Amino acid sequence: MRLTFLIPFLPLAGAAFLLLAGRRLRGSAAGWLAASLVGLGFVVSLVILGRLLGQPANHRLYVAHLFDWVQVGSFRVGVDLRDDPLAIVMALTVTGVGALIHVYAIAYMRDDPRFSRFFAYMNLFVFFMLMLVLANNFLLLYLGWEGVGLCSYLLIGFWFDRPAAANAAKKAFITTRIGDSAFLIGIVFIWLRVGSLDFGRVFGAAHGLPNGTATVIALLLFAGAIGKSAQIPLHVWLPDAMEGPTPVSALIHAATMVTAGVYLVVRAHPIFEASSSALTVVAVVGIVTAIYAGLSAIGQDDIKRMLAYSTMSQLGFMFFGAGMRAYGAAIFLLVTHAFFKACLFLGAGSVMHGLPDDETDLMKMGGLARPMPVTALTWAVSAAAMAGIPPLSGFFSKDQVISSASLAGRPGFWVAALAGAFLTAVYMGRGTFLAFFGRPRYDGHPHDPPAPMRIVLLALGALAVIGGILGLSASNGLLVRFLRRVIGAVGERVAGPSEAVLTLISVVVALLGVGLAAFVYVSGRFDWQALRARFARARQTLSHGFYVNDVYGGAIVAPAKAGSAFLAYVVDDRLIDGSVNGIGGAFRQLARAGRLAQSGLVRRYALAFAAGAVGILIFVAVRS
Amino acid sequence: MRTPISFFLLLSGMLFTVGTVGVLIRKNALIIFMSIELQLNAVNLALVTFSRQNGNLTGQVLTFFSMVVAAAEVVVGLAIIVSLYRKRRSIDVDDARMLRW
Repeated sequence: MRLTFLIPFLPLAGAAFLLLAGRRLRGSAAGWLAASLVGLGFVVSLVILGRLLGQPANHRLYVAHLFDWVQVGSFRVGVDLRDDPLAIVMALTVTGVGALIHVYAIAYMRDDPRFSRFFAYMNLFVFFMLMLVLANNFLLLYLGWEGVGLCSYLLIGFWFDRPAAANAAKKAFITTRIGDSAFLIGIVFIWLRVGSLDFGRVFGAAHGLPNGTATVIALLLFAGAIGKSAQIPLHVWLPDAMEGPTPVSALIHAATMVTAGVYLVVRAHPIFEASSSALTVVAVVGIVTAIYAGLSAIGQDDIKRMLAYSTMSQLGFMFFGAGMRAYGAAIFLLVTHAFFKACLFLGAGSVMHGLPDDETDLMKMGGLARPMPVTALTWAVSAAAMAGIPPLSGFFSKDQVISSASLAGRPGFWVAALAGAFLTAVYMGRGTFLAFFGRPRYDGHPHDPPAPMRIVLLALGALAVIGGILGLSASNGLLVRFLRRVIGAVGERVAGPSEAVLTLISVVVALLGVGLAAFVYVSGRFDWQALRARFARARQTLSHGFYVNDVYGGAIVAPAKAGSAFLAYVVDDRLIDGSVNGIGGAFRQLARAGRLAQSGLVRRYALAFAAGAVGILIFVAVRS
Repeated sequence: MRTPISFFLLLSGMLFTVGTVGVLIRKNALIIFMSIELQLNAVNLALVTFSRQNGNLTGQVLTFFSMVVAAAEVVVGLAIIVSLYRKRRSIDVDDARMLRW
């Protein structure tokens, strides 16, 4: 009996229990229960990882058929869980980072009146995410895909009494639904063309697909990934999603759910490779998003929104890597990103926790390193990792993604990726220096968070530091070798300079970016506040994300709302209700006049009766 | 010599007219009731007359039916009048006008 089913089953049981009986638990018991179940899932994942490692490399694939799900004619789908290297890497990331964030949330959400409900949703999310990564067919993957979308909605809108949170939840759900619909159409296409949804059979048949079919399917799947992973043009929901509690931002909108799109592309890479152009589209969307989000992040004053844009840009890098067929590097970046981005978000949560009124404005921070040393240390380490400073984890993963473009013989993409990396270094430097260094601008008496939160921060910070050992080399790192069964061997260098030169260049670019941020914000030789005032217009453009949101608002939302209002208040209220009520009203008027004939006077009725009889008699007499 | 048939019909018509006018102008329910009986008897007379004229019994048979039905009607009608009187202490039909708009 394989234990795979336990991994998603544990959080599902937790969610069910907490939803039904969570309110009876006292204190933080609900939180500890949820966290320990996810932690147990992590342990089970480790056991399965051990079993996989004990097998020869080309035997590392098990499919556990739990039960038949759908069986209609020739359409058969089972609830099949797959454990292969890619699935187990994702499961380890989800449960590992997820358990840490659960522990953090126990302290963070302690005073919330709906404490147990929060952890029920979190566990439900982990369950769906695990179904997503462990599924062995597209329909089950889609179940998880929609499920995490639902949990994202529930958790963004967790504080639904705040209109901003309720609206952000709706926006996230609707925007991702656009991509999800395309994804579903893609799944239907797969079934029509291949006759099966099982990964093994679909990917086995992928090479035989005609180019056009493969392109259509790949792009439909990618549309789903765009929505879920907040890539241009469906990215507008992610910054708003920061209305949710900070642990949610860390778990769902940074470490796991938003990376589902990257997982999908890597998992379905045989379909993308069967098309001549799909991977190029993936790379272009990724790099455009990375640069766009990087620029936007520089203009953010809200610490969480800055992190949201940085997540978008890092996801862009992952797609970029996948588009360059560097699937191993993309997954590597996904894993390390989960470490350092979760740490950054939880650090932001600690800052909010320490400042009065959950302050998120970078302008009202500054110099927080002194009162909050642990938060500042873990944040700085994670930010440096993200910026790509060696020897932290982000350096290895980011560098491999960037280098993959040059190694694949596409120097144009490589330069664009370097620009994106430079922006990453700049905005991470800016955020770090504005929040933790320089002159204090905060109110109140900030302090480091309580022990459980500190421990989680330190654990994630440590992972962000040492995560690089998973992939010291692009072609032969631990992770890449482990994933080889799924993603194939890493291709030989096609063109361009050697790996060492490329690495050197990306390090220089990262250091330049951080240096620029340091020069502007902490060197003291520069009045950055005057600069802000002087370039207020440009700063506004960046902080509004180039007004894409407003364009959507004007071009799509406003007309849709106007159309709905027309249908609701003119067509429905006036036309449909009006005609129905009008007919009723006309009959009422008629009856009002007609009922006066009912005088209740028997003699009058008799008179009418007699008059009628006489009338008929006269009529008969005249006719004959 | 037979009495001309028009005499009977004339009598029948006069009786019917008296009955109709009685129904229309009187307010007392009992009088109205009696007027209705008058109308019925006028019709019965006409039926018997036609029976005799045609030389068969159809009209006379119909008359018996009519008389039986009239008896039944009297029973129901008088019961209504009695209960009306008990309820409203009046058998004036103009007072009994609850069933109006």
